[in-house]
Amino acid sequence: MTGYLARRLGQALLILLGISLVTFVLLYLLPADPVRQIAGRSATAQTVENIREQLGLNLPFYEQYARYLGALLRGDLGRSYLQKTEVSALIASRLPATLLLMVGAIGCELVVGLTMGLIAAVRRGSFLDNALMIASFIGVSAPQFVIGILLLYVFAVQLGWFPIGGYGTFQHLVLPSLTLGLLGSGWYARMMRSEMLDVLRLDYIRTAHAKGLKGWKVLIGHALPNAILPIIAMIGIDIGMFMSGIVVVESVFGWPGIGQLAWQAIQRVDVPIIMGVTLISACAIVLGNLLADVVAPFIDPRIKAR
Amino acid sequence: MFETTAPDRGPAAGRPVGAPSVIGSLLRRPPAVFGLLIIGVVVAAAIFAPLIAPFDPGMQFFEGLTLQGAPLPPNADFWLGSDLLGRDLLSRLIFGAQTSLVIGIVANGVAVFIGAVVGITAGYFRGWVGAVLMRFTDLMMSFPALLLAIVLAANFRPTLWIVAMVIAMVNWVQVARVLYTETRSLAEREFIEAERSLGASAGLILWRHILPHLVSTIVVWATLGISTTVLLEATLSFLGIGVQPPTPSWGNIIFESQTYFSSAPWLVFIPGAAIVLLALSFNLVGDALREILDPTMRGNFN
Amino acid sequence: MRNQLLAPVALAAILAAGTGAFAQDEKQGGSMIVTYKDDVSTLDPAIGYDWQNWSMIKSLFDGLMDYEPGTSTLKLDLAEALTISDDGMTYTFMLRHGVRFHNGREMTADDVKYSLDRATDPATQSPGAGFFASIKGFDAASSGDAVGLEGVTVVDPYTVKIELTRPDATFLHVMAINFASVVPVEAVQEFGADFGKHPVGTGAFKLEEWTLGQRLVFARNADYWKAGIPKLDQITFEVGQEPTVALLRMQSGEVDILGDGIPPAQFLEVTNDAAYTDLIIEGGQLQTGYITMNVNTTPLDNVLVRRAINMAINKDRIVRIINGRALVANQPLPPTMPGFAPDYEGYPYDVDGARALLAEAGIPDGFTTELYVYNTDPNPRIAQAIQQDLAAIGITADIKSLAQANVIEAGGNGSAPMIWSGGMAWIADFPDPSNFYGPILGCAGAEAGGWNWAKYCNPELDAKATEADSITDAAMQSKRVQMWRDIFLSVMDDAPWVPIFNEQRFTMRSGRLGGPDAIFVDPVHIPVAYDYVFANDAQ
Repeated sequence: MTGYLARRLGQALLILLGISLVTFVLLYLLPADPVRQIAGRSATAQTVENIREQLGLNLPFYEQYARYLGALLRGDLGRSYLQKTEVSALIASRLPATLLLMVGAIGCELVVGLTMGLIAAVRRGSFLDNALMIASFIGVSAPQFVIGILLLYVFAVQLGWFPIGGYGTFQHLVLPSLTLGLLGSGWYARMMRSEMLDVLRLDYIRTAHAKGLKGWKVLIGHALPNAILPIIAMIGIDIGMFMSGIVVVESVFGWPGIGQLAWQAIQRVDVPIIMGVTLISACAIVLGNLLADVVAPFIDPRIKAR
Repeated sequence: MFETTAPDRGPAAGRPVGAPSVIGSLLRRPPAVFGLLIIGVVVAAAIFAPLIAPFDPGMQFFEGLTLQGAPLPPNADFWLGSDLLGRDLLSRLIFGAQTSLVIGIVANGVAVFIGAVVGITAGYFRGWVGAVLMRFTDLMMSFPALLLAIVLAANFRPTLWIVAMVIAMVNWVQVARVLYTETRSLAEREFIEAERSLGASAGLILWRHILPHLVSTIVVWATLGISTTVLLEATLSFLGIGVQPPTPSWGNIIFESQTYFSSAPWLVFIPGAAIVLLALSFNLVGDALREILDPTMRGNFN
Repeated sequence: MRNQLLAPVALAAILAAGTGAFAQDEKQGGSMIVTYKDDVSTLDPAIGYDWQNWSMIKSLFDGLMDYEPGTSTLKLDLAEALTISDDGMTYTFMLRHGVRFHNGREMTADDVKYSLDRATDPATQSPGAGFFASIKGFDAASSGDAVGLEGVTVVDPYTVKIELTRPDATFLHVMAINFASVVPVEAVQEFGADFGKHPVGTGAFKLEEWTLGQRLVFARNADYWKAGIPKLDQITFEVGQEPTVALLRMQSGEVDILGDGIPPAQFLEVTNDAAYTDLIIEGGQLQTGYITMNVNTTPLDNVLVRRAINMAINKDRIVRIINGRALVANQPLPPTMPGFAPDYEGYPYDVDGARALLAEAGIPDGFTTELYVYNTDPNPRIAQAIQQDLAAIGITADIKSLAQANVIEAGGNGSAPMIWSGGMAWIADFPDPSNFYGPILGCAGAEAGGWNWAKYCNPELDAKATEADSITDAAMQSKRVQMWRDIFLSVMDDAPWVPIFNEQRFTMRSGRLGGPDAIFVDPVHIPVAYDYVFANDAQ
């Protein structure tokens, strides 16, 4: 296991290196000049050249990249071109909100999605099953903006149960998590249903059932662990995805997460922020997947982590 | 509670299935017939759009907007209402089916195919093959796709095929992750080990014994993927790589109008319903197919 | 036309007197909440150049000059008197005594010089450095060959002398722009690059709290040198707020001003609702939305084609598409700018006439071109309306809807034949017609990377512009304005642009706030002159 982990972490470093190179190349190819964004619309040619030189953007590509990597090795993500603030401080200020929303959203997805999936599997072919199927598809097809505003309007403006957006307390977390949770739960519901149906047909489940074990005991004790494997993989994917920030939901709920930071940086070609956020989310994605792979053997002992 | 779970009611259970009997079985299932019908209608709409659309989808009608510039709800002239530029929503939906079908079926199909090949191969062979494939998957998952889209947008003429390619490129990874996990578990079960010790080739085991158990997962991802890719197309086109205005797609109709959903709900909910309906139809057909083809339905598991 | 520059002799007297209109008797106290969609990047006055930080910086800092609140009339601010030499090349500012920075130290002439030196120092990377180009020693300072501006000298602790290399009619406007705000040297040195997050100025408010990505809290500067200003004790700016949700919050009484205005998607709902009529204030702004036609590309190099396009666009319909939030334009200058020609008729909307012009140009069947547009609503919609109008005279315009930075790049390097400027359009930095010429229609802006996306360069007009801007004599101001008027009408003859509309601003404020309407749609303190807003519940 230790050897496996060490190997995986080594591979993770390679991935991060690859991502940093790819992102740097893309930003270099991007036909939008960050210097122009800094210098603004009234700048003289002299100002533009000065800034280009100061930021080292007049250097050949490999030299710029080498400089960036060098700083990165010292733990320096650089300073934002436009805000002048350290990128690490900007990311750190938004990381807690992003983490919270990730936990809230995944929690919601699991509770809603797995329940839906279980019920649908057990009541297979019933009206309820069909209704849940339709609900799943509506959720997956619904635009986050619309669902977010609708939830806000009903539960915050009309009923006054929650604040109208913002960040700070548990109350603030509910609606954004619910928005992401409802929309994402369709995936979990459909996967859960399909896995449960497969598992419920297995002989040993029938045997357990025949031995007189109570229905729900069979369900929770035997069927669920066997069905949950792909769900673990999906959680791993979601960790990475939510850590990269969810622009729309963050903006609807005024949630100070990484997504808004990244989106504004992309619009204005703020290279250090884009690089920083991309690397942080790559870390999260790699770790999320690693986590899923490491956890899987504990759920399903047949798998060996190797 | 468990009575309803008795699953084996597929008419094809227990005997080999050929193509004609598959179609026959499909047609004997009302949900599948409904799904096929909807898919047929959408495909026909896309192919014959110029013939059936009541108006030119790009035509901005003077009377399509109120004097204050608000779009019109469904009415006698514009059956599904007009959009924010005074164009006929029905005509735009009909023409939009062309774009959205290519994205939802082709791009999404390619993504699922790549994901399945990578995930199953990596999960079955493990070792360095698996490591390389899955680390490549991690890499692609972290890939800054939006940035790629922006770079492509500025350097190429935007076309549907670029956006389809980008979607296929970014969307296969989740499928690969999930199928990898499932295959990894399946590959270690006794019946696979037994096949191996009997000298069955990897290809045979994968095709005969592993793949059939993954069909239901693949159906889930392929059908839900229709919805997400159709919406993703709008985001990517917004960045300039896909279909450009005034070409309609179901995704971009929603995307352009979503902030107006409280004053013009028809612009969001009608195309949204179209997407849900299309994805659901594929799901109904997919589920039926799985039931017909699934070996576990025929009781030869273990 | 209003005349904004005053005779050097009379200047001191008139400007110094200009304090009155808003020093009313409203009590101080109370607070308000303002929302913005985008984060505030910096509050460093030498760097900040965004919609949301522009007016915030004006509340934290002061400069030598400012404008009467709610107007574009210049007045003295940190300077209490001013003399201008007869040749218009030397300005001497006498500073107010006893003005203190937020850190308690008194502001002196050294700070003024330091601030101007800093804004032009290449290491500061100020986007506003170019505004100071007429100051003696600018070239040496901005290239890094010299430290500081040779032309700015400290005469005594309360007197600063600024020498120019040429008469510059816009110079006092430049002294009123954010980039010329006075900053204390010790605070800049203490915080270094982070000064923008720890601003220290002499302004009406001081920064009390900044939670990155969430909110900024401004507290009243109790020692502010303007008696009775500001009115409010506290302003909270909440950032990262989706405008649609901000509106919901406002309707629930949680928010007092929507910094980004009424969201376009809810505009009709709100304005058609009688409950909000009293809370919405409409005002003009120094902005024009236009289509540029790159004069270096065929067939747009043919003036007949450009005129034909000017006649082909149905501007009324475009204004209708954006729910009437603008006035149709027929010339580059907005109506409230000196030099605007109210009697100019412009190109009529005449499809047949446009076709005839195209035929005269030798391309009766039209041609294919590209129209670049910034991808946020309503700009792609406006581009589609333009596209349909062009199709009516046989021109096929393929739309390229891209991120803002990409459109700006394509415009700057000249690869875009046509651009709809919406969302990136010119809003004047200061209320003077020259600001609408040099960067966007003059030869200097036509260089690679410049904002003159039509790449229009008419040396004759450039010479005329220079001549107009060297008129600093107050008695000649109407002549200067007349010259600018003629310059812009000559531009219209060459038709590098299709001016489409001048956007109106609609500010919605809560009933808790009071103040003259003009400060809520202030033409310079954009979007709102915070210092003069008062709270009704404190009265």
